[in-house]
This record gives sequence, structure tokens and C-alpha cells, in this order.
Amino acid sequence: MSAAAPWTVAGVRDALAGKKISARELTAEFYSRIAARNLELNAFLTLSTERAYAQADLMDSKVARGEALPPLGGVPIAVKDVISTRGVRTTCGSKILETYVPPYDATAVEKLEAAGAVVLGKTNCDEFAMGSSNENSAYGPVRNPVALDRVPGGSSGGSAAAVAASLAVAALGTDTGGSIRQPGACCGIPGLMPTYGRVSRYGLIAYASSLDKIGPFAGNIADAAAVMGVIAGHDSNDSTSAAVPVENYAAEIEKPVTGLRIGVPEDYFGEGLDPEVKAKVEAGISALEKMGCRRVALSMPHTDYAIATYYIIATAEASSNLARYDGVRYGVRVPGNTLIEMYRKTRENGFGSEVKRRIMLGTYVLSAGYYDAYYLRAQKVRALIARDFAAAFEKADVIITPTAPTPAFRLGEKTSDPLQMYLADIYTVTGSLAGVPGISVPCGKTRAGLPVGMQIFGPHFSEGRVLQIARAFEKTGGFTI
Amino acid sequence: MKISRDDVLRIAELAHLELSPEEIGTYLGQLDEILTYIDKLNELDVSQTEAMAQVLFAPSGDVHPELRDDVLRPCNAAEAILAQAPDAQKPFFRVPRVISTGEVGRE
Repeated sequence: MSAAAPWTVAGVRDALAGKKISARELTAEFYSRIAARNLELNAFLTLSTERAYAQADLMDSKVARGEALPPLGGVPIAVKDVISTRGVRTTCGSKILETYVPPYDATAVEKLEAAGAVVLGKTNCDEFAMGSSNENSAYGPVRNPVALDRVPGGSSGGSAAAVAASLAVAALGTDTGGSIRQPGACCGIPGLMPTYGRVSRYGLIAYASSLDKIGPFAGNIADAAAVMGVIAGHDSNDSTSAAVPVENYAAEIEKPVTGLRIGVPEDYFGEGLDPEVKAKVEAGISALEKMGCRRVALSMPHTDYAIATYYIIATAEASSNLARYDGVRYGVRVPGNTLIEMYRKTRENGFGSEVKRRIMLGTYVLSAGYYDAYYLRAQKVRALIARDFAAAFEKADVIITPTAPTPAFRLGEKTSDPLQMYLADIYTVTGSLAGVPGISVPCGKTRAGLPVGMQIFGPHFSEGRVLQIARAFEKTGGFTI
Repeated sequence: MKISRDDVLRIAELAHLELSPEEIGTYLGQLDEILTYIDKLNELDVSQTEAMAQVLFAPSGDVHPELRDDVLRPCNAAEAILAQAPDAQKPFFRVPRVISTGEVGRE
């Protein structure tokens, strides 16, 4: 195996079962790749070597005893640093949690390890998952492995970059307004946002609780399906996790797509969409039509209101969730003479500028006299957006749109203008608000060589269908169209 | 302007943030721009629309099988939790004095 060979879940399983390599050797191989690239990419913040090697040895002992490996046995996986890992520092990309070591594992991490995965470490992200470029991390930006002067997208930029640079076979990200799909598009890899409630949020450090979802990045659709199959399902520790049976994604993705209706909403192809991105996504839709899918024209009239709605709801929830960082129970404390002074100094020093901006906006929209005008109105528009999706899914099995209006932008290009940065999520926040699943798949590159992402939305709990279309697209060569 | 300097100071106080003078100016301009953008929601008539209060989609209607029984379970996490505190004195978190003794600023 050459150092650059992209490992897959199936490839790892075959190599381990065939004793071509041990899980310990494979883990070491990935750590040496990380050592070689991380200074440049800044994708990993913390490595969990002890834990990774212990897990690798466990897998090797299974092979030695002739036992069958679990579904992700020995597969090296990276975890976004907003997801709790017992005994492994979890910073959320924030100074305020620089020293925080969770006393428990997130359910998603527990499930990954129970399925044999080797957790390599924690990946960089925008502070508390707030951002679209990874430039809001207190630990420095991540560079896009495809073009080092570009952002990897955000907020799960480190997870996307790690998979795109083959520093991990798969990674967990989180998506609140686009934070898995948009970095997937920027780095040229698949990234899946599941249905709200499909994956337990237990141990996911909250940003906006009615929008946060954990989901996978992988190098291909079969691997994304494999990880999804492990992390999905009900968890009694999260009352918003759904008691809906989990599909057999590995079987779903190979089903033929003939006759499936692809809804194409005109509202996602208007002003502000880069012409090259538009042309690629149009070509992607045509490729699926050639495979027997039927194109259906749609209108989703509230699309244009999604960003405004999102920034009210998400910041309101954030202002409440982030009130817990006060220097009392965990993280970094800045001393003060009074309790209030300690709170204020701790928060002023510990939070970065985007987090403070969102806390302030959220505090404002929830404050006395403004609640009805902002938060309540936004919750009503959210219902209208959800209704747009419900109506669309009466006419179509999936909805296809661009993932982002432009390819990855340059580092520093949007940092001085928060509103412009927010608009990078214009096509992803809609599905986030509706709570439906969506995947971004690679859809060729621009003339400058930058990846384009095509987004596939499905109805609630239709991850199997969404992955099935993505797999058909991959098989027909759509990723490099 | 949608928002004033006093509004920014009031929000910062509510949110327990101690902003520098530069930050106050920056946030004033940026929040004003964002709030102006958000105003586009006023174009919509939502008088007949119910607010979306529940995101979890329940295919089975009003049945909520995701809720567990309300039974006590052991949770021996106090030690591990206190170990993360910047200043703990078992079984408490220590913080600066809250009740005044007449001498402000002394413990």
C-alpha cells in the first residue's frame, strides 16, 4: 500500500482480515500522515493516540483469534471537536474550553468505538460550530487541502480537510446550518446531514439545539453509509432522538434509481449563484436523468427568507446554550472581584468575536419587547419553509440544488463582513430549518480546479434514499463530471 | 439605525459580556446591518401561521416512543465533574463572594 492510497472501509476490512496489515500498523500509518500534513492544514487539534492504539490492539486481537471484525473494525476516524470524548480534550475551537476534558463520551463516539472504529483525534472547527470558513477557530484556520490559499468551509472544516487529505478514512462533523454539507462541497468529498433526531445529540456540545445534527464525512458513498448505519438510532439519553427503525443503508444505496423524481427548485438557481457552479449542478442533474430519473420543476417560495430565519433562531438558542460558560464549572476562569465581574471577564476573554456577535444578536431577539417581532415571527416563517419542503416532496422523491453559491473562497476574503459570510449558507439552511436530511456530493470542479458540491435533500428519515441517489451519481462518474 | 449604542451596552450586560470600546463600535455597525437584513421577514404575512415549536418529525403522530420511563438511575459523576472546575472545594464550586460584607472586593 502506498502512502497516498485512499483507504476505504471495505479496504481496511479486507486488509485486516487478510492479515496484509495490522490495525496497529494502519493506525501508525495514519498518524504519520497526520504528522506530515497537519502543520500545514491545521485539521487536527488533539490526537487521541493512547485510545486509538488500545482500540487498534483490540481489533488485532480479534483477528488473531479468528473472530469476525465489527462493521468499522480498525477504520481510522476523526471526530469534530464539539463532540465529547472521555479523557480526550474537547475545546469546541474555543479558548474558553482550552483545558476541558469531558468525563463521558458522546453516544455517536461510543457507537463508533463499539463498531470497532479507531478514533484518531479531534478536528478543528469554527468556535462552537459558528462559521462557514473555519476562520473562527481560536486555534487558527484550517487550510483547504485542494487549494491551500482557500478555506475548507465550515464549521466542520477540520473534519472535511482530514478526510479530503486522506488523514482519516471518515470523520464525524456537525451540521446546524450547513456545517457538514458546505465544507464537504469546498473540499470535494461527500458529507451527510441526517434528519433531525436520526443521530443522538447526547455529548454533542450544543450550539442551536433545534438545528444541531451529527453526521459523517467519507471518501465515498458506501463509507458514508457504513458510518451512518453505526451512529444512527434512538438513544434514551436524548429525548429528541427518534424512535424510528434504522434502514439498512448498505442495501438501500445499491437499489436502481430508475423512475425516481428529482425536484429542481428554480429558487436555488437565481441571482448570486456562480455560473460555473450552476453549469456543473445542471450537468449533474442531466447525468441522473440519463440514469432514468425524472426531472420535476419546483417552486419553494420561502427559500429567500431562510437565512434571516436561521440567524434569529440559531442565535437565540446559542445565547441560551452558551450562558453556561461562566468560569464556574469547567473551562478557563478569569478572576474578578465579584461573581458578575468574573462572569464578564471570563466570557469576554474566552469567546471569539463571532461567538460574541451571535450571543448578542440572540440576546437581543429574545429580549423584552422584541420576542414577538423576531423570535416568534422566525418560528412562523420556519413553519412556512418546512411546508415548502412538505409540498415539494409530494411532487418529487428528492430535491437537488447547489450546496453553496460559490466554490471555496480565499482565506480572509469574508472575515470582515459577517453578513456576506452568512450568505455562504443560503442553500443549506433551508433543509436545516425543515429538519430533513441532505447530502453534498462532489460534482466536478471549476476551471480553476475548485470542487463544486451538489446537494440532495430527501423527506424526513429518507437517508437511504438520499444515499441511493448519491451512490448512483457516484457510479455514473458524477463526482468528476 | 435599527439599534443604538445604548442597546449594544444593554445587550452586553444581559449576556454578561464586557466589551471593549472598539468592540462596541464594531458590533453596533454589524448588528445594525444584520437586523436590517432580518427585516425582510416582515414582507411575509404570518398572521395565520402557527409557529414551529417541535422539529422532531413523528411519523406516528402524537405517540412519543422516544421518551423513556421516569426511573432513578445511579449517577456517580460528582468527582469527575468537580475535577473539571477551575476552583472546586468538594462538594462545592468556589466562586467570588456574592453577599457583600461591606468591604467590596475582598473575599
